[in-house]
Amino acid sequence: MLLQVERLDVYYGAVHALKGVTLCAEAGEIVTLIGANGAGKTTLLRTISGVIPSRSGRVTFEGRDITRLPAHDIVGLGISQAPEGRLVFANLTVEDNLELGAYRRKDRPGISKDREEVFRLFPRLRERRRQSAGTLSGGEQQMLAIGRALMSRPRLLLLDEPSLGLAPLLVREIFRTVREINQRGVTVLLVEQNAHMALSIAGRGYVLETGHVRLEDRAERLLQNDEVRRAYLGG
Amino acid sequence: MSEFLQQLVNGVTWGSVYALIALGYTMVYGILRLINFAHGDVYMLGAFFGLYAAQWIGAADHPTPVRAFVVLVAAMLGCGAVGAIIERAAYKPVRRSSRLAALITAIGVSLLLENGGILVFGPNPRFFPQIVPSSQISLGHGVSISNQQVIILVVSTGLMFALRFIVLNTRVGKAMRAVSHNHMAAALMGISVDRIITFTFVLGSMLAAAAGVLVALQNPKIDPLMGIMPGLKAFVAAVLGGIGNIPGAVLGGLVMGIAEVLVVGYLSPSYRDAIAFVLLIVILLVRPTGILGTQAAEKV
Amino acid sequence: MIRRIIWTLGTLVILLGLNLALPRILNPYLFQIVILCGINVILAVSLNLINGFTGQFSIGHAGFMAIGAYGSAMLSLHAGIGWVAALTAAGVPPGVAEGAALFAALLAGGLLSALAGYLVGLPSLRLRGDYLAIVTLGFGEIIRVLILNIDAVGAARGLPGIPGWVSFFWVGLGGTGVVVLALNLARSSHGRALFAIRDDEIAAESLGVNTTAYKVLAFVIGAFFAGVAGGLFAHYLSYLNPNSFTFIKSIEVIAMVVLGGMGSVSGSVLAAILLTLLPEVLRPVKDYRMVIYSLMLIVLMITRPQGLLGSREIRLGSWVGKLRVARGAG
Repeated sequence: MLLQVERLDVYYGAVHALKGVTLCAEAGEIVTLIGANGAGKTTLLRTISGVIPSRSGRVTFEGRDITRLPAHDIVGLGISQAPEGRLVFANLTVEDNLELGAYRRKDRPGISKDREEVFRLFPRLRERRRQSAGTLSGGEQQMLAIGRALMSRPRLLLLDEPSLGLAPLLVREIFRTVREINQRGVTVLLVEQNAHMALSIAGRGYVLETGHVRLEDRAERLLQNDEVRRAYLGG
Repeated sequence: MSEFLQQLVNGVTWGSVYALIALGYTMVYGILRLINFAHGDVYMLGAFFGLYAAQWIGAADHPTPVRAFVVLVAAMLGCGAVGAIIERAAYKPVRRSSRLAALITAIGVSLLLENGGILVFGPNPRFFPQIVPSSQISLGHGVSISNQQVIILVVSTGLMFALRFIVLNTRVGKAMRAVSHNHMAAALMGISVDRIITFTFVLGSMLAAAAGVLVALQNPKIDPLMGIMPGLKAFVAAVLGGIGNIPGAVLGGLVMGIAEVLVVGYLSPSYRDAIAFVLLIVILLVRPTGILGTQAAEKV
Repeated sequence: MIRRIIWTLGTLVILLGLNLALPRILNPYLFQIVILCGINVILAVSLNLINGFTGQFSIGHAGFMAIGAYGSAMLSLHAGIGWVAALTAAGVPPGVAEGAALFAALLAGGLLSALAGYLVGLPSLRLRGDYLAIVTLGFGEIIRVLILNIDAVGAARGLPGIPGWVSFFWVGLGGTGVVVLALNLARSSHGRALFAIRDDEIAAESLGVNTTAYKVLAFVIGAFFAGVAGGLFAHYLSYLNPNSFTFIKSIEVIAMVVLGGMGSVSGSVLAAILLTLLPEVLRPVKDYRMVIYSLMLIVLMITRPQGLLGSREIRLGSWVGKLRVARGAG
């Protein structure tokens, strides 16, 4: 098991945001996490990444307990995240953003090889490599956020709402790339509100509802599930 | 005309000192949104550390350029350490509290350094040894510059370019910019936000220490409360240029120094402390984010 | 209505009683501390109206205090003393005549300061947060430098010979006045509007709160009472010096507000008294006094960043209630 989350409890002040969440991801999978706004999806990703502390429960990665590790060490172990809202460093160039993605690495040649790889996945970033990230369009910023996350050479990639605010055509392009990234051996944990898109590329999915795991199943079965169809697929 | 040029020379010299202090304010503000009220007192400590270093290595009795340099570096290292301690001991524990609590903590640290300074260094002014024998250099047309002023200009310019290089071109500098943009996003890159914040304090404190030693070359009377006014004005300089903006701090410092010297020269020395604030209010009313500042996104 | 009259009369009687009793019970040193506590209570509560109630951030309170102090002192020096002489000549008891002249001076100082508050409050329409803070700081410093340069108010020499009309009664009255006003304001619909601005200005605006008017109002009321405090200060010490109004003074007042808890009136009162007493209590340790003071400030902010009382109030009523419950249970 690559990632295992067990009975995780997280509080935001007095709000009980995650209530005993248990889930896992096998190496090589795309696992998706769907649910309404405020269900706790983003909280879960942030807790895995170590930027939000948990009250109780455990997160293990490759058999190692990472629950109490600081965020910057978790990146070093091989988990990286493209956060909600992209959060690219607006006043730095595209190249600098990518370089920061590789902050923990020291292997210069490896880093430039991976940067070429990111440019191959997202050719538009190559065109804009010396531009400051703040001048990019929303879709380009999303590409940069994903590319930046790849620069740490993760084994687990956490994606938080990559489709947010993007035109359908762009969403398709991004999801195609996510699948390609996955095919090269990166496990993906994908948080989405666009449940249809997410379930169509994922192997398995979880439905999160007000801090609980409501459902867990193979993606194609969730797509058929009446409850899911009503609540998240608009029919 | 020559008098005006002379004032300009003095103003730029004085302004580059403000700029050095203002840089520390602006970096810390950029990264923590904290007005580090204790920063002016770190500048004071710089002058005192320089004094002790000079006495210790005998730079006063046998002034050589190398010894003067050692004094400067010693003061910078000492204040760098103080900056790190202040950040870890006082500011880190209140980082998650309200900004006002952090501000009051900063005020507490400032009072602590001032009164601790009175306790340790004594309440009376001390005299900074002449580690550089003074001489005047004529620039022609009745304008002259002292060699101390030259040193102030050269050292502060050098330090500013060094800072510029660190911030723009080094890995840690890019991490600083990332942290000042968004703490969480920086942490997700694997950047240790705590370490970068401490580093920022160290850097800012070292610049303030350099300013303290440089000022003491020219005005050797130093005392534990000497940091209050220059600190305040340097902060105003940072706001003037657009707080959080590094070139803005330099520009603000220069504007402030020149304005002050002109007011003293042509108006009245007693208005010297007011011009900074008049300038500030005028600029903020015309351009609320400072000269070079960009509109910070208001969180809705 | 009758209750209110009884309360008012009762308060006046208590103040007059204390006015007679305190100078006899306390030695002059302790009495002076009591007076300073009172003046600081007025300053802290009035600043709380600006910083705690609306969440604006002013570091220029010493400036308002200075305007009130110098304004009222100038009125007394140039007119008030004459009025008192004329009134006593006409047979009015000296105490009453002095009281009337002092009242006029305090009112004038307060109004002058309120006018300044209006002028400073206006830029707060455009500036937010730290920028407003730094403008108010600048305002305070400009006021101080101006005083230093105006010969008619004594410039750097200071202003001596101000009639010492202030007794405990007046400080007590000012303190009670600002506390009652602040508490009533907090409970009124205006108070809720102010708190709404503090908590979320954009939301408040969308609910139809005239945020601009309220922010300026807060500045005006806060400045008025700071001016009154300055007037009391002037007429108690009989001497004014610009150095009493540096930004350090503003910071002392902010420390009181934050320590007490933003928006908590009783917290401000408590913290004003504590922070006035603290340096005095620490007097025996002389040289370490201010070091300990600053360390305590830091430690308090680290351990209780929300202030002593947060935004709660101590209510006498609830204490009485608790006592009753305790008795009933026992």
